[in-house]
Amino acid sequence: MSRTKVIVGLGSCGIAAGASKVYDKLLAIKNAENLDFELAKTSCVGMCYKEPLVEIVDENGTFLYGDITENIAVELVHEHVVNHNPMKDYVVKSELFDTGEEDFFDSQVKIALRNCGHIEPEDINEYIKNNGYAALKKIANERIDREGVIQIVKDSGLRGRGGGGFSTGMKWRFAYNYESDDKYIICNADEGDPGAFMDRSLLEGDPHSVIEGMIIGAYAIGANHGVIYCRAEYPLAIKRLNIALEQARKKGFLGQNVCGIDGFDLDIYVKEGAGAFVCGEETALMASIEGHRGMPRKRPPFPAESGLWRKPSNVNNVETFANIPWILFHGAEEYSKYGTKNSSGTKVFALTGKINRGGLVEVPLGITINDIIFKLGGGIPGGKKFKAVQLGGPSGGCVPAYLGDTIIDYDSVRSTGAIMGSGGMVVMDETTCMVDMAKFFLDFTKKESCGKCTFCRIGTQRMLEILVRICDGEGQEGDIEKLEELSHKIIENSLCGLGQTAPNPVLTTIKYFRDEYEAHIRDKKCPAKKCKPLLTYEIIEEKCTGCTVCAKKCPTDAISGERKMAHFIDQDKCIKCGVCYSKCKFEAISLT
Amino acid sequence: MRIQRILQEKELIEQKSVDLTDLKKSIEKYRGKKGNIIPLLQSAMAIYGYLPEIVFDTLEKELGISKSQMYGVATFYSQFRLAPVGKHIVKVCHGTACHVQNATALTEALEEALEIKDGETTKDGLFTIESVACLGCCSLAPVIMIGDEVYGKLDGNATVKIINEIKLKEKE
Repeated sequence: MSRTKVIVGLGSCGIAAGASKVYDKLLAIKNAENLDFELAKTSCVGMCYKEPLVEIVDENGTFLYGDITENIAVELVHEHVVNHNPMKDYVVKSELFDTGEEDFFDSQVKIALRNCGHIEPEDINEYIKNNGYAALKKIANERIDREGVIQIVKDSGLRGRGGGGFSTGMKWRFAYNYESDDKYIICNADEGDPGAFMDRSLLEGDPHSVIEGMIIGAYAIGANHGVIYCRAEYPLAIKRLNIALEQARKKGFLGQNVCGIDGFDLDIYVKEGAGAFVCGEETALMASIEGHRGMPRKRPPFPAESGLWRKPSNVNNVETFANIPWILFHGAEEYSKYGTKNSSGTKVFALTGKINRGGLVEVPLGITINDIIFKLGGGIPGGKKFKAVQLGGPSGGCVPAYLGDTIIDYDSVRSTGAIMGSGGMVVMDETTCMVDMAKFFLDFTKKESCGKCTFCRIGTQRMLEILVRICDGEGQEGDIEKLEELSHKIIENSLCGLGQTAPNPVLTTIKYFRDEYEAHIRDKKCPAKKCKPLLTYEIIEEKCTGCTVCAKKCPTDAISGERKMAHFIDQDKCIKCGVCYSKCKFEAISLT
Repeated sequence: MRIQRILQEKELIEQKSVDLTDLKKSIEKYRGKKGNIIPLLQSAMAIYGYLPEIVFDTLEKELGISKSQMYGVATFYSQFRLAPVGKHIVKVCHGTACHVQNATALTEALEEALEIKDGETTKDGLFTIESVACLGCCSLAPVIMIGDEVYGKLDGNATVKIINEIKLKEKE
């Protein structure tokens, strides 16, 4: 009989949900009761809404348990590991019976995330056991030449997964064409979009797949140096990358004559970012590696000709690299089986916001927005209505519910005014105010603008001022038109992607939710009841018990009334802070 | 709001005697290396929690990097601070997912409980409130991070409870 294996998911999100404590508890009970089972670690399987996750593998099969606390973990060991009774109530995935969560897994095709949540990320041998470094060995053994590798990547139709959507094969060819003693392959792991965590999960869950992708890329373009530029906010990813690089060096996948390929020397190191969203832009990223302020520069010359330290360089995103070994191993045709004609393969999305099953999902391109939200994501919590989905972070836009049948590929998403971007997908329901959303993103891009281009630096500031004014109930006729005019000027007159896309959230919300802007400006009302200055707080007499809590908490003494009698809000004194609303235990305060 | 990263009233903050031993080690580690400004400032941040003026003096003297260049870098990236902060930095995530799940309520609750504004430090030097962009734990939104610990699925009351627990521990 094989030994039972208990695996705990220890990604950042799992740890935040308490997975480390569960692991420690399991270890303690294993030692205290001298139990015979193997305790292992893995990373995030993407099912963030059920964290912490524990997987038990025994002779009956594989059981994935969700929402595990320390106490349940103890029970789990006694019931399942010792008595062989699976605790059905907590199982979220099993081959033996339905758990109601099948939709979450069934629509997914895992290529980039193939190992995430299944292997121990700090052990290179587990990666190798799952066809790890097999693509690199295949190149070495079958003597596939550099052009051959580029051709395979080009044929696969893989496009840059960081947001740009440029053909990876073409990009590699540009870099290949420039001769130089020193060439750089750079991995952009500066995932800055608020609401996106695909790259973090990948780096934490399967760092070797990214490293192998980089090694193959370096071979193809002829690079002898590699840099991974990673956000400092991802300490666990940085730690695991460094462990993985050290292991790869020891196994001969990095160093001189990599994998026995004569004359192919490569080393890769991790460079920590210092916190600047604009460093996701490739020329800014390289400026940052060189130790300067991370400000973009004019192109041409493109990085393929003159990049890091003025040498030919090639920058790809984390997810792009993670796809490469799979493509080389299984072939271009196998990859392009998935997806649509112009957008082949799969894409990882971070599904968050007002959604039942939030997490990390990898789906074939060509799936519809509704399929992701309702089938995979299980719909909107609390029976609320799906209003819009925000794609592409601060550079993207809001797609309204009635366009839910839009298929997801680079071109279809672009036609809505949003962009696919790096894969953030934030779902909003009827309680989300679209003007407030636009304000939120503008506030972000305004802060992150590097200040080089006037239109981006000052234009975003002026746009934000208008949006703040609208949300404060001081919107004026003509504000919407002013926003549109500024948007177009910023798009036309900014050097880099940050400025060129910053107005997208505003433009798309105006396009699809103009009535909400008008309600704010003309009627001084916020239909989603989100913008506090536009709300009126009133006490519902029948519900008020006269407990006096609101009157005591009101900072302006706007609430009066006798104890045990219905209270009253003086609208002239009310500053609409919302304290009474949040403190009332009887839902006796109405919002209109 | 980000933490006040540039000294406003310089004379108010005493530049306590700064021990340079650890900084000297980093200087040796990065001496002569290309693009070493950011790693050097990062290691100074790790040692002191902020960038005391003497760090710039020392780096200029030892490595010949101009102060204007270092100051340019230090004020560009959000990781660097030129003023000391509280013992516990309460990072409130204001990423998209947290924003949609009402992260503003957490900041407001913290401001009320600690009697400071976003970006400020309490008088006892224990807490600083900082608004940050995405912490990458979107499915647990809204979240805050104190030290290395992430707390998820919070509301105003739960946030204040966490602060009170830390206060209690500090008193012991």
